Amino acid sequence: MDRRKIEEKIFLFLMRISAILIVLSLILILFTIIAKGLPSLNLAMITQTPKGGYYLGKEGGILNAIMGSLFLAGGATILSMLISLPVVIYLNIYAKKNSKLSEFIRFSFDVLWGIPSIVYGAFGFTIMLFFNLRASLLAGIIVVALLILPIMSRTIDEVMRMVPAGLIETSYALGATKLETAFKVVIKQTLPGIITAILIALGRGIGDAASVLFTAGFSDYIPNSLLKPAATLPLAIFFQLLTPIPEVQERAYASAFILTAIILIISIVSRIITNRFSKNLIK
Amino acid sequence: MDCQSHICVNNLNVFFGKEHILKNISLKIPDKKITAIIGPSGCGKTTLLKSFNRLIDSYDGVKVTGEILVDDENILHPNIEVTHIRKKMGLLLQNPYPLPMSIYDNVAYGPRIHGIKNKKKLDEIVEHYLKQTNLWIEVKDRLNAPASRLSVGQQQRLCLARGLAVEPEIILGDEPTSALDPISSKVIEEKFQELSDNYTIIIVTHILRQAKRLANYVIFLYLGELIEQGTAEEIFENPKEEMTKAYIQGKIS
Repeated sequence: MDRRKIEEKIFLFLMRISAILIVLSLILILFTIIAKGLPSLNLAMITQTPKGGYYLGKEGGILNAIMGSLFLAGGATILSMLISLPVVIYLNIYAKKNSKLSEFIRFSFDVLWGIPSIVYGAFGFTIMLFFNLRASLLAGIIVVALLILPIMSRTIDEVMRMVPAGLIETSYALGATKLETAFKVVIKQTLPGIITAILIALGRGIGDAASVLFTAGFSDYIPNSLLKPAATLPLAIFFQLLTPIPEVQERAYASAFILTAIILIISIVSRIITNRFSKNLIK
Repeated sequence: MDCQSHICVNNLNVFFGKEHILKNISLKIPDKKITAIIGPSGCGKTTLLKSFNRLIDSYDGVKVTGEILVDDENILHPNIEVTHIRKKMGLLLQNPYPLPMSIYDNVAYGPRIHGIKNKKKLDEIVEHYLKQTNLWIEVKDRLNAPASRLSVGQQQRLCLARGLAVEPEIILGDEPTSALDPISSKVIEEKFQELSDNYTIIIVTHILRQAKRLANYVIFLYLGELIEQGTAEEIFENPKEEMTKAYIQGKIS
């Protein structure tokens, strides 16, 4: 066999190994969560808040953390969208293509993306101390929104940059303003990408523990106000794993299973919604 | 400045950054005729065309001097309402770009943004312009289907219908048949000939035979300069400039 054919074989082999590794790690993670968590998963876990002594193995559930996480991640995603969309539309429709300002905005997002979430948490905590505020759902929402903002913005930005220039020109040529073009053409065309970006951001937000540790705090109750502290699933998992009681540790895996299931359900539902909207897209 | 035509251009210069794309162009586009802008690639044909509806505004580092008079109004004036200028002109690009919506909504897009909300009125407009572009019979049963499912030739006719629906006076075409099969090209060319009774049509083309078939008036550009303009007969039968003669005989490209 000549050298080029051997090269081809070796690299194909390496690619296959990499692909298998990715699939395998997903299967292993799911298997661990299911095998360890499923036995202790019961209806009470998702319908009740912790009763006294829950962390010592007594009765109750983690409804407080489920609801807390949904409120927090939902709020943060909406807040982040409200900031992301205007920025990204500005970058792609209003700003000149390679202006210094848009380069700087994109660079800032890339730097923000790389900052560890504990730093966001610490930053939020510092500001809260300055204003003498206590941990609350609102503070958690704001900090998580900041955490997922670069992820959402840059992902939507990449999708919008793929919109063909001719499509935008076509809309202008019909007498549409930039804003009409943005909402009636560009957002429509990139909707599946936008939804994916929102999901990636939501997934990151709902799963992050470090940023909410000091900012949202923790509570055994479902938050009934933005100013009350809120429990979150990652922290619930963390606290349950910390106990020396094996029964409670198993509940941690059950909680992880619930968290994964929530993300999975959100992904599937939004895929279905996206498919219904994407039939009109220009390829 | 006095200008009897829809479009007059006086001393137009266009720069992209340091590049001087169009050099001191002055011309008159005759009304209700087909004008072809010809010339080799990179000579500024498309830039000239897109100056007419100010689409070049959105390009990086663009600087424009001189004046372009559309209905005696200098459209390069900073106070001009650019959407108003564009409403006067329909545009066909090289590739058809149907908007990401249904066939019906594509044609209704322009009228809707210009304020027509009445469903019955919109129905009439859609039907009228789809008929005018010979598309009605082919699509009348699937007006709500995505425009992206049409063939490329049908898409280009849809784009023409969509452009006509804003009731322009001028139609701009940037090599509008270059992505089409011969039959679809022929349909578009025939439409242009029909439409030239009522519209001022300007097309950019690199196909000389197409210019010969369609054009009443020809503008020849070379490296950003206007070399010659005149009626199709003058340019093709009896060009005054050596450069024009050479281009038409295929000696320069």
